[in-house]
Amino acid sequence: MGFAMKNSILALIVPVAWFAALLSYGVSPGSAPPADAPASVSGEVKFEGTPPKPSRIDMSADPFCVKAHPTPATTEEVDVGGNGGLANVVIYVSEGLGTQTFPPPDRPAVFEQKGCQYKPHVLAMQAHQKLDVVNSDETTHNIHPTPSNNREWNMTQPHGVPLEQTFAREEVAIPVKCNVHPWMKGYIAVFKHPFFAVTDKNGSFELKDLAPGTYTITAWQEKLGTQNQKVTVGASEKKTLSFTFKQ
Amino acid sequence: MRMISRFIRLIVLVCAWWSAAALAQQSHIGKLVGNAKPGKALYIRYCIFCHGPQGDGRGESAPYLDPKPRDFTKAVFKCRSTPSGTLPLDSDLYNTISRGVHASGMPSWKPLLPQERANLVAYVKTFSPAFQEEQPGTPVATPAEPPSSAESIKRGAALFQSMNCWSCHGKDGRGHGPSAASLTDDRGYPIVPFDFTSGRQFKCGDSDQDMFRVLVTGLDGTPMPSFASAMTADQRWDVVHYIRTLNNPKQHEVQNAANAQ
Repeated sequence: MGFAMKNSILALIVPVAWFAALLSYGVSPGSAPPADAPASVSGEVKFEGTPPKPSRIDMSADPFCVKAHPTPATTEEVDVGGNGGLANVVIYVSEGLGTQTFPPPDRPAVFEQKGCQYKPHVLAMQAHQKLDVVNSDETTHNIHPTPSNNREWNMTQPHGVPLEQTFAREEVAIPVKCNVHPWMKGYIAVFKHPFFAVTDKNGSFELKDLAPGTYTITAWQEKLGTQNQKVTVGASEKKTLSFTFKQ
Repeated sequence: MRMISRFIRLIVLVCAWWSAAALAQQSHIGKLVGNAKPGKALYIRYCIFCHGPQGDGRGESAPYLDPKPRDFTKAVFKCRSTPSGTLPLDSDLYNTISRGVHASGMPSWKPLLPQERANLVAYVKTFSPAFQEEQPGTPVATPAEPPSSAESIKRGAALFQSMNCWSCHGKDGRGHGPSAASLTDDRGYPIVPFDFTSGRQFKCGDSDQDMFRVLVTGLDGTPMPSFASAMTADQRWDVVHYIRTLNNPKQHEVQNAANAQ
Protein backbone atom coordinates (compact mmCIF):
# COMPACT_ATOMS: atom_id res chain seq x y z
CA MET A 1 0.00 0.00 0.00
CA GLY A 2 1.39 3.40 -0.99
CA PHE A 3 2.00 6.06 1.59
CA ALA A 4 -0.51 8.45 0.04
CA MET A 5 -3.09 5.65 -0.10
CA LYS A 6 -2.55 4.86 3.55
CA ASN A 7 -3.06 8.49 4.40
CA SER A 8 -6.26 8.85 2.46
CA ILE A 9 -7.67 5.74 4.14
CA LEU A 10 -6.71 7.15 7.51
CA ALA A 11 -8.38 10.44 6.60
CA LEU A 12 -11.55 8.50 5.80
CA ILE A 13 -11.50 6.30 8.90
CA VAL A 14 -10.90 9.06 11.39
CA PRO A 15 -14.07 11.14 10.93
CA VAL A 16 -16.24 8.06 10.41
CA ALA A 17 -14.88 6.39 13.53
CA TRP A 18 -15.35 9.51 15.63
CA PHE A 19 -18.87 10.00 14.37
CA ALA A 20 -19.73 6.39 15.11
CA ALA A 21 -18.22 6.65 18.58
CA LEU A 22 -20.28 9.74 19.33
CA LEU A 23 -23.45 8.09 18.06
CA SER A 24 -22.92 4.88 19.96
CA TYR A 25 -22.35 6.64 23.25
CA GLY A 26 -24.68 9.52 22.57
CA VAL A 27 -23.95 13.16 23.31
CA SER A 28 -26.32 13.65 26.17
CA PRO A 29 -27.23 17.26 26.94
CA GLY A 30 -27.08 16.35 30.62
CA SER A 31 -29.65 14.99 32.99
CA ALA A 32 -31.93 17.62 34.51
CA PRO A 33 -31.56 18.32 38.24
CA PRO A 34 -34.27 16.66 40.34
CA ALA A 35 -37.25 18.99 40.18
CA ASP A 36 -38.99 17.64 43.27
CA ALA A 37 -38.85 19.80 46.36
CA PRO A 38 -35.73 21.86 45.74
CA ALA A 39 -33.85 23.28 48.70
CA SER A 40 -31.97 26.55 48.94
CA VAL A 41 -29.00 27.96 50.81
CA SER A 42 -28.85 31.68 51.45
CA GLY A 43 -26.86 33.91 53.72
CA GLU A 44 -24.40 36.74 54.12
CA VAL A 45 -20.70 37.36 53.77
CA LYS A 46 -19.25 39.80 56.30
CA PHE A 47 -15.95 41.61 56.56
CA GLU A 48 -14.52 41.75 60.09
CA GLY A 49 -12.31 44.61 61.21
CA THR A 50 -11.47 47.90 59.55
CA PRO A 51 -11.97 47.62 55.81
CA PRO A 52 -9.03 48.79 53.67
CA LYS A 53 -9.64 52.21 52.18
CA PRO A 54 -10.24 52.02 48.43
CA SER A 55 -7.55 53.93 46.58
CA ARG A 56 -8.18 56.48 43.86
CA ILE A 57 -7.61 55.33 40.27
CA ASP A 58 -5.55 57.58 38.02
CA MET A 59 -7.32 57.47 34.65
CA SER A 60 -5.49 60.45 33.17
CA ALA A 61 -4.03 58.32 30.33
CA ASP A 62 -7.43 58.47 28.60
CA PRO A 63 -9.38 61.75 28.75
CA PHE A 64 -12.66 59.93 28.11
CA CYS A 65 -12.24 57.81 31.26
CA VAL A 66 -11.52 60.92 33.36
CA LYS A 67 -14.63 62.63 31.98
CA ALA A 68 -16.77 59.57 32.83
CA HIS A 69 -16.13 60.09 36.56
CA PRO A 70 -17.09 63.49 38.02
CA THR A 71 -15.72 62.14 41.32
CA PRO A 72 -12.60 60.01 40.76
CA ALA A 73 -13.18 56.24 40.55
CA THR A 74 -11.76 54.01 43.29
CA THR A 75 -10.49 50.42 43.43
CA GLU A 76 -13.00 47.62 44.02
CA GLU A 77 -10.74 44.86 45.40
CA VAL A 78 -12.35 44.71 48.86
CA ASP A 79 -15.84 46.19 48.60
CA VAL A 80 -17.39 46.51 52.07
CA GLY A 81 -20.89 47.96 52.44
CA GLY A 82 -22.22 50.11 55.29
CA ASN A 83 -23.43 47.08 57.28
CA GLY A 84 -20.10 45.26 56.99
CA GLY A 85 -21.37 43.10 54.12
CA LEU A 86 -18.72 42.07 51.62
CA ALA A 87 -19.71 42.45 47.95
CA ASN A 88 -18.33 40.60 44.92
CA VAL A 89 -17.72 37.31 46.71
CA VAL A 90 -18.45 34.25 44.58
CA ILE A 91 -20.44 31.59 46.48
CA TYR A 92 -20.72 28.19 44.84
CA VAL A 93 -21.20 24.47 45.29
CA SER A 94 -17.74 22.93 45.04
CA GLU A 95 -18.62 19.35 46.09
CA GLY A 96 -21.70 17.17 46.34
CA LEU A 97 -23.15 17.23 42.83
CA GLY A 98 -21.53 13.94 41.85
CA THR A 99 -21.33 13.28 38.14
CA GLN A 100 -24.48 15.18 37.20
CA THR A 101 -24.19 17.44 34.17
CA PHE A 102 -26.12 20.64 33.59
CA PRO A 103 -26.82 22.30 30.24
CA PRO A 104 -25.88 26.00 30.05
CA PRO A 105 -28.77 28.51 30.25
CA ASP A 106 -30.01 30.15 27.04
CA ARG A 107 -29.70 33.69 28.36
CA PRO A 108 -26.26 35.21 27.91
CA ALA A 109 -24.03 36.43 30.73
CA VAL A 110 -23.24 40.12 30.29
CA PHE A 111 -19.91 41.78 31.08
CA GLU A 112 -19.91 45.52 30.51
CA GLN A 113 -17.13 48.06 30.19
CA LYS A 114 -18.51 51.29 31.62
CA GLY A 115 -16.60 54.32 32.84
CA CYS A 116 -13.42 52.35 32.10
CA GLN A 117 -14.32 49.80 34.78
CA TYR A 118 -15.98 46.38 34.56
CA LYS A 119 -19.67 45.99 35.43
CA PRO A 120 -20.02 43.73 37.28
CA HIS A 121 -16.55 43.71 38.79
CA VAL A 122 -16.99 39.95 39.37
CA LEU A 123 -19.16 37.92 37.01
CA ALA A 124 -20.18 34.28 37.48
CA MET A 125 -21.40 32.19 34.55
CA GLN A 126 -21.73 28.62 33.37
CA ALA A 127 -19.27 26.93 31.00
CA HIS A 128 -20.47 27.13 27.36
CA GLN A 129 -22.95 29.87 28.31
CA LYS A 130 -22.88 32.76 25.83
CA LEU A 131 -20.89 35.73 27.12
CA ASP A 132 -21.94 39.12 25.73
CA VAL A 133 -19.16 41.65 26.14
CA VAL A 134 -20.49 45.21 25.95
CA ASN A 135 -18.52 48.42 25.53
CA SER A 136 -20.65 51.37 26.66
CA ASP A 137 -17.66 53.73 26.68
CA GLU A 138 -16.83 56.20 23.93
CA THR A 139 -13.30 54.83 23.84
CA THR A 140 -11.76 51.61 22.54
CA HIS A 141 -11.05 48.81 25.01
CA ASN A 142 -9.40 45.44 24.62
CA ILE A 143 -10.86 42.68 26.73
CA HIS A 144 -8.18 40.19 27.72
CA PRO A 145 -9.02 37.27 30.03
CA THR A 146 -5.92 35.44 31.30
CA PRO A 147 -7.23 31.97 32.21
CA SER A 148 -5.22 28.98 33.40
CA ASN A 149 -7.78 26.28 32.50
CA ASN A 150 -9.39 27.86 29.40
CA ARG A 151 -8.18 29.24 26.09
CA GLU A 152 -6.80 32.76 26.33
CA TRP A 153 -8.27 35.35 23.94
CA ASN A 154 -7.76 39.06 23.56
CA MET A 155 -10.18 41.18 21.54
CA THR A 156 -10.29 44.88 20.76
CA GLN A 157 -13.77 46.37 21.18
CA PRO A 158 -14.62 49.90 20.05
CA HIS A 159 -17.77 51.60 21.38
CA GLY A 160 -21.01 49.83 20.50
CA VAL A 161 -19.47 46.92 18.55
CA PRO A 162 -20.99 43.61 19.75
CA LEU A 163 -18.67 40.85 20.93
CA GLU A 164 -19.70 37.31 21.78
CA GLN A 165 -17.41 34.78 23.45
CA THR A 166 -17.58 31.83 25.82
CA PHE A 167 -15.45 29.64 28.11
CA ALA A 168 -15.41 25.87 27.83
CA ARG A 169 -14.17 24.77 31.26
CA GLU A 170 -14.76 25.45 34.95
CA GLU A 171 -12.37 28.01 36.46
CA VAL A 172 -12.60 30.17 39.61
CA ALA A 173 -11.84 32.83 38.65
CA ILE A 174 -10.37 34.10 35.40
CA PRO A 175 -8.67 37.51 35.78
CA VAL A 176 -9.74 39.95 33.07
CA LYS A 177 -7.75 43.01 32.05
CA CYS A 178 -7.62 45.77 29.48
CA ASN A 179 -4.10 46.44 28.24
CA VAL A 180 -5.09 49.88 26.96
CA HIS A 181 -6.31 50.92 30.43
CA PRO A 182 -4.07 49.01 32.86
CA TRP A 183 -6.15 49.89 35.95
CA MET A 184 -9.11 47.88 34.63
CA LYS A 185 -9.40 44.60 36.53
CA GLY A 186 -12.27 42.17 36.80
CA TYR A 187 -12.95 38.47 37.25
CA ILE A 188 -15.12 35.90 35.51
CA ALA A 189 -15.89 32.71 37.47
CA VAL A 190 -16.95 29.78 35.26
CA PHE A 191 -18.86 26.74 36.58
CA LYS A 192 -20.05 23.47 35.09
CA HIS A 193 -23.30 23.74 37.09
CA PRO A 194 -25.82 26.53 37.87
CA PHE A 195 -25.35 26.58 41.67
CA PHE A 196 -23.41 29.82 42.14
CA ALA A 197 -24.02 33.42 43.15
CA VAL A 198 -22.09 36.66 43.58
CA THR A 199 -22.78 38.63 46.77
CA ASP A 200 -24.55 41.97 46.36
CA LYS A 201 -23.52 45.22 48.07
CA ASN A 202 -24.97 43.96 51.37
CA GLY A 203 -22.98 40.73 51.14
CA SER A 204 -26.15 38.64 50.57
CA PHE A 205 -26.40 35.57 48.37
CA GLU A 206 -28.81 32.75 47.57
CA LEU A 207 -28.22 29.36 45.93
CA LYS A 208 -31.55 28.08 44.62
CA ASP A 209 -32.98 24.82 43.30
CA LEU A 210 -30.62 22.46 45.09
CA ALA A 211 -31.59 18.81 45.30
CA PRO A 212 -31.62 17.43 48.87
CA GLY A 213 -28.12 16.35 49.83
CA THR A 214 -24.83 17.29 51.46
CA TYR A 215 -22.75 19.96 49.76
CA THR A 216 -19.53 21.85 50.24
CA ILE A 217 -20.18 25.55 49.73
CA THR A 218 -17.15 27.65 48.85
CA ALA A 219 -16.75 31.42 49.13
CA TRP A 220 -14.10 33.01 46.89
CA GLN A 221 -12.83 36.56 47.22
CA GLU A 222 -10.19 37.94 44.86
CA LYS A 223 -7.85 39.24 47.59
CA LEU A 224 -8.97 37.38 50.73
CA GLY A 225 -8.93 33.83 49.38
CA THR A 226 -11.44 31.00 49.80
CA GLN A 227 -13.46 29.46 52.65
CA ASN A 228 -15.45 26.22 52.73
CA GLN A 229 -18.47 25.10 54.70
CA LYS A 230 -20.38 21.84 54.59
CA VAL A 231 -24.16 21.98 54.55
CA THR A 232 -26.86 19.31 54.42
CA VAL A 233 -30.29 20.23 53.08
CA GLY A 234 -33.46 18.15 53.09
CA ALA A 235 -36.35 18.44 50.64
CA SER A 236 -37.72 22.04 50.46
CA GLU A 237 -35.40 23.06 53.27
CA LYS A 238 -34.09 26.65 53.41
CA LYS A 239 -30.73 26.79 55.17
CA THR A 240 -28.76 29.89 56.00
CA LEU A 241 -24.98 30.16 56.05
CA SER A 242 -22.65 32.98 56.93
CA PHE A 243 -19.04 33.56 55.99
CA THR A 244 -16.66 36.05 57.60
CA PHE A 245 -13.49 37.30 55.95
CA LYS A 246 -10.81 39.38 57.63
CA GLN A 247 -7.58 40.83 56.41
CA MET B 1 -27.32 -9.81 18.67
CA ARG B 2 -26.68 -7.63 21.66
CA MET B 3 -23.23 -9.16 22.05
CA ILE B 4 -22.44 -8.37 18.44
CA SER B 5 -23.55 -4.75 18.74
CA ARG B 6 -21.44 -4.39 21.87
CA PHE B 7 -18.48 -5.88 20.06
CA ILE B 8 -18.91 -3.47 17.15
CA ARG B 9 -19.17 -0.60 19.56
CA LEU B 10 -15.91 -1.64 21.20
CA ILE B 11 -14.15 -1.95 17.84
CA VAL B 12 -15.41 1.47 16.80
CA LEU B 13 -14.19 3.00 20.05
CA VAL B 14 -10.78 1.38 19.76
CA CYS B 15 -10.55 2.60 16.14
CA ALA B 16 -11.47 6.14 17.17
CA TRP B 17 -8.95 6.13 20.00
CA TRP B 18 -6.22 4.65 17.83
CA SER B 19 -6.80 7.04 14.94
CA ALA B 20 -6.90 10.05 17.29
CA ALA B 21 -3.70 8.92 18.99
CA ALA B 22 -2.03 8.38 15.61
CA LEU B 23 -3.13 11.78 14.30
CA ALA B 24 -1.96 13.52 17.46
CA GLN B 25 1.53 12.28 16.66
CA GLN B 26 1.46 13.78 13.19
CA SER B 27 1.62 17.15 11.48
CA HIS B 28 0.30 18.03 8.03
CA ILE B 29 1.80 20.93 6.11
CA GLY B 30 0.63 20.85 2.51
CA LYS B 31 1.80 17.48 1.23
CA LEU B 32 4.33 17.07 4.03
CA VAL B 33 3.47 14.68 6.85
CA GLY B 34 5.59 15.12 9.96
CA ASN B 35 5.98 12.48 12.65
CA ALA B 36 6.61 13.07 16.33
CA LYS B 37 9.08 10.24 16.84
CA PRO B 38 11.86 11.54 14.56
CA GLY B 39 10.77 15.03 15.65
CA LYS B 40 11.70 14.19 19.24
CA ALA B 41 15.27 13.33 18.23
CA LEU B 42 15.58 16.67 16.43
CA TYR B 43 14.02 18.50 19.39
CA ILE B 44 16.57 16.99 21.78
CA ARG B 45 19.36 18.09 19.48
CA TYR B 46 18.22 21.62 18.56
CA CYS B 47 15.40 22.92 20.78
CA ILE B 48 15.77 21.46 24.26
CA PHE B 49 18.31 24.03 25.54
CA CYS B 50 15.74 26.81 25.44
CA HIS B 51 12.33 25.10 25.38
CA GLY B 52 13.32 22.44 27.93
CA PRO B 53 12.80 18.66 28.14
CA GLN B 54 9.15 19.14 29.19
CA GLY B 55 8.48 21.72 26.47
CA ASP B 56 7.55 24.25 29.13
CA GLY B 57 10.08 26.87 28.02
CA ARG B 58 12.31 26.25 31.03
CA GLY B 59 15.40 24.96 29.30
CA GLU B 60 18.90 25.61 30.64
CA SER B 61 19.33 28.75 28.50
CA ALA B 62 15.93 30.18 29.34
CA PRO B 63 17.08 32.39 32.25
CA TYR B 64 19.37 34.27 29.85
CA LEU B 65 16.69 34.97 27.25
CA ASP B 66 14.20 37.81 26.88
CA PRO B 67 11.54 37.28 25.67
CA LYS B 68 11.30 33.83 27.28
CA PRO B 69 11.11 30.67 25.15
CA ARG B 70 7.56 29.54 24.33
CA ASP B 71 5.86 27.21 26.82
CA PHE B 72 4.38 24.53 24.54
CA THR B 73 2.35 22.96 27.36
CA LYS B 74 -0.07 25.92 27.25
CA ALA B 75 -0.56 25.69 23.46
CA VAL B 76 -0.79 29.49 23.24
CA PHE B 77 1.05 30.81 20.15
CA LYS B 78 1.71 34.34 18.91
CA CYS B 79 2.00 33.72 15.18
CA ARG B 80 -1.18 32.12 13.86
CA SER B 81 -3.48 32.33 10.89
CA THR B 82 -6.39 31.40 13.21
CA PRO B 83 -8.60 33.63 15.43
CA SER B 84 -7.58 34.76 18.93
CA GLY B 85 -8.19 31.99 21.47
CA THR B 86 -7.86 29.11 19.00
CA LEU B 87 -5.12 26.62 18.21
CA PRO B 88 -2.77 27.36 15.30
CA LEU B 89 -2.62 25.34 12.09
CA ASP B 90 0.33 22.97 11.67
CA SER B 91 1.51 25.26 8.87
CA ASP B 92 1.57 28.23 11.31
CA LEU B 93 4.00 26.37 13.60
CA TYR B 94 5.99 25.25 10.56
CA ASN B 95 6.24 28.85 9.33
CA THR B 96 7.43 30.07 12.75
CA ILE B 97 10.12 27.37 12.90
CA SER B 98 11.20 28.24 9.36
CA ARG B 99 11.10 32.02 9.72
CA GLY B 100 12.36 32.31 13.29
CA VAL B 101 11.07 35.09 15.55
CA HIS B 102 12.81 38.45 15.15
CA ALA B 103 13.84 40.36 18.26
CA SER B 104 13.92 37.11 20.24
CA GLY B 105 16.30 34.18 20.77
CA MET B 106 14.46 32.07 18.18
CA PRO B 107 16.51 31.72 14.99
CA SER B 108 15.33 30.59 11.57
CA TRP B 109 15.54 26.80 11.21
CA LYS B 110 15.61 26.85 7.41
CA PRO B 111 18.92 24.94 7.51
CA LEU B 112 16.83 21.91 8.54
CA LEU B 113 15.05 20.00 5.77
CA PRO B 114 11.32 20.73 5.31
CA GLN B 115 10.60 17.14 6.42
CA GLU B 116 12.62 17.69 9.60
CA ARG B 117 10.75 20.92 10.38
CA ALA B 118 7.44 19.08 9.84
CA ASN B 119 8.60 16.36 12.27
CA LEU B 120 9.40 19.05 14.85
CA VAL B 121 5.88 20.48 14.50
CA ALA B 122 4.45 17.01 15.17
CA TYR B 123 6.57 16.65 18.31
CA VAL B 124 5.92 20.17 19.65
CA LYS B 125 2.17 19.42 19.48
CA THR B 126 2.56 16.44 21.83
CA PHE B 127 3.47 18.72 24.78
CA SER B 128 -0.14 19.92 25.21
CA PRO B 129 -3.30 17.81 25.36
CA ALA B 130 -5.09 20.73 23.65
CA PHE B 131 -4.05 19.43 20.22
CA GLN B 132 -5.89 16.18 20.93
CA GLU B 133 -8.94 17.79 22.55
CA GLU B 134 -9.56 20.74 20.23
CA GLN B 135 -9.47 21.59 16.55
CA PRO B 136 -7.43 24.53 15.22
CA GLY B 137 -9.45 27.67 14.43
CA THR B 138 -10.66 28.49 10.92
CA PRO B 139 -7.90 30.47 9.17
CA VAL B 140 -8.71 34.14 8.73
CA ALA B 141 -9.14 35.59 5.23
CA THR B 142 -6.63 38.05 3.80
CA PRO B 143 -8.34 39.89 0.93
CA ALA B 144 -6.33 41.54 -1.87
CA GLU B 145 -4.45 44.62 -0.73
CA PRO B 146 -5.62 47.92 -2.19
CA PRO B 147 -2.74 50.22 -3.22
CA SER B 148 -1.45 52.57 -0.55
CA SER B 149 -2.35 56.21 -1.03
CA ALA B 150 -2.22 59.49 0.86
CA GLU B 151 -5.94 59.05 1.69
CA SER B 152 -5.46 55.50 2.93
CA ILE B 153 -2.52 56.58 5.11
CA LYS B 154 -4.54 59.47 6.50
CA ARG B 155 -7.42 57.14 7.40
CA GLY B 156 -4.94 54.71 8.96
CA ALA B 157 -3.48 57.52 11.09
CA ALA B 158 -6.97 58.36 12.37
CA LEU B 159 -7.65 54.68 13.18
CA PHE B 160 -4.30 54.44 15.00
CA GLN B 161 -5.73 57.09 17.34
CA SER B 162 -9.37 55.94 17.62
CA MET B 163 -8.47 52.25 18.11
CA ASN B 164 -6.12 53.31 20.96
CA CYS B 165 -3.08 51.71 19.26
CA TRP B 166 -1.18 54.71 20.61
CA SER B 167 -1.93 53.75 24.23
CA CYS B 168 0.85 51.16 23.94
CA HIS B 169 2.70 51.97 20.70
CA GLY B 170 2.81 55.72 21.39
CA LYS B 171 1.40 58.65 19.40
CA ASP B 172 4.53 58.56 17.21
CA GLY B 173 4.73 54.75 17.04
CA ARG B 174 7.91 54.50 19.12
CA GLY B 175 6.40 52.02 21.56
CA HIS B 176 6.25 54.28 24.59
CA GLY B 177 2.54 55.04 24.97
CA PRO B 178 1.04 55.73 28.41
CA SER B 179 0.19 52.04 29.00
CA ALA B 180 3.51 50.66 27.72
CA ALA B 181 5.18 50.43 31.13
CA SER B 182 2.33 48.30 32.55
CA LEU B 183 2.43 45.55 29.93
CA THR B 184 3.25 41.94 30.74
CA ASP B 185 3.00 38.69 28.80
CA ASP B 186 0.83 35.79 29.99
CA ARG B 187 3.59 34.63 32.34
CA GLY B 188 3.89 38.01 34.00
CA TYR B 189 7.18 39.05 32.37
CA PRO B 190 7.40 42.68 31.21
CA ILE B 191 6.88 43.03 27.47
CA VAL B 192 7.70 46.00 25.27
CA PRO B 193 5.31 47.26 22.55
CA PHE B 194 6.79 47.23 19.05
CA ASP B 195 8.66 50.37 18.00
CA PHE B 196 7.41 50.98 14.44
CA THR B 197 10.18 53.51 13.78
CA SER B 198 12.95 51.01 14.57
CA GLY B 199 13.07 49.35 11.16
CA ARG B 200 13.17 45.95 12.87
CA GLN B 201 11.36 43.07 11.26
CA PHE B 202 8.00 42.04 12.69
CA LYS B 203 7.84 38.84 14.74
CA CYS B 204 5.25 37.04 12.61
CA GLY B 205 6.54 37.99 9.17
CA ASP B 206 7.31 41.26 7.47
CA SER B 207 4.96 41.46 4.49
CA ASP B 208 1.88 43.69 4.42
CA GLN B 209 -0.17 40.47 4.43
CA ASP B 210 1.58 39.35 7.63
CA MET B 211 0.81 42.70 9.29
CA PHE B 212 -2.83 42.50 8.16
CA ARG B 213 -3.11 38.98 9.57
CA VAL B 214 -1.70 40.01 12.96
CA LEU B 215 -4.33 42.78 13.15
CA VAL B 216 -7.01 40.09 12.74
CA THR B 217 -5.55 37.37 14.98
CA GLY B 218 -3.73 39.40 17.62
CA LEU B 219 -0.63 37.92 19.27
CA ASP B 220 -2.02 35.48 21.85
CA GLY B 221 -0.11 35.39 25.12
CA THR B 222 0.80 39.09 24.75
CA PRO B 223 -1.15 42.33 25.25
CA MET B 224 -1.59 42.73 21.47
CA PRO B 225 -5.32 42.13 20.86
CA SER B 226 -7.26 40.94 17.85
CA PHE B 227 -9.07 43.62 15.84
CA ALA B 228 -11.27 41.02 14.11
CA SER B 229 -14.58 42.63 15.02
CA ALA B 230 -13.17 46.10 15.62
CA MET B 231 -12.16 47.03 12.05
CA THR B 232 -13.20 46.20 8.49
CA ALA B 233 -10.68 44.71 6.07
CA ASP B 234 -10.27 48.08 4.32
CA GLN B 235 -9.61 49.77 7.65
CA ARG B 236 -6.95 47.19 8.51
CA TRP B 237 -5.21 47.87 5.19
CA ASP B 238 -5.32 51.60 6.03
CA VAL B 239 -3.60 50.89 9.37
CA VAL B 240 -0.97 48.73 7.61
CA HIS B 241 -0.29 51.55 5.13
CA TYR B 242 0.00 54.08 7.96
CA ILE B 243 2.36 51.91 10.05
CA ARG B 244 4.60 51.51 6.98
CA THR B 245 5.09 55.30 6.92
CA LEU B 246 6.40 55.40 10.48
CA ASN B 247 9.70 53.95 9.35
CA ASN B 248 9.94 55.68 5.98
CA PRO B 249 10.81 59.39 5.92
CA LYS B 250 9.62 59.71 2.32
CA GLN B 251 6.20 58.37 3.24
CA HIS B 252 6.17 60.82 6.15
CA GLU B 253 6.29 63.60 3.58
CA VAL B 254 3.31 62.06 1.77
CA GLN B 255 1.46 61.92 5.04
CA ASN B 256 2.35 65.48 5.97
CA ALA B 257 1.20 66.63 2.55
CA ALA B 258 -2.07 64.75 3.09
CA ASN B 259 -2.51 66.34 6.51
CA ALA B 260 -1.82 69.80 5.09
CA GLN B 261 -4.63 69.50 2.56
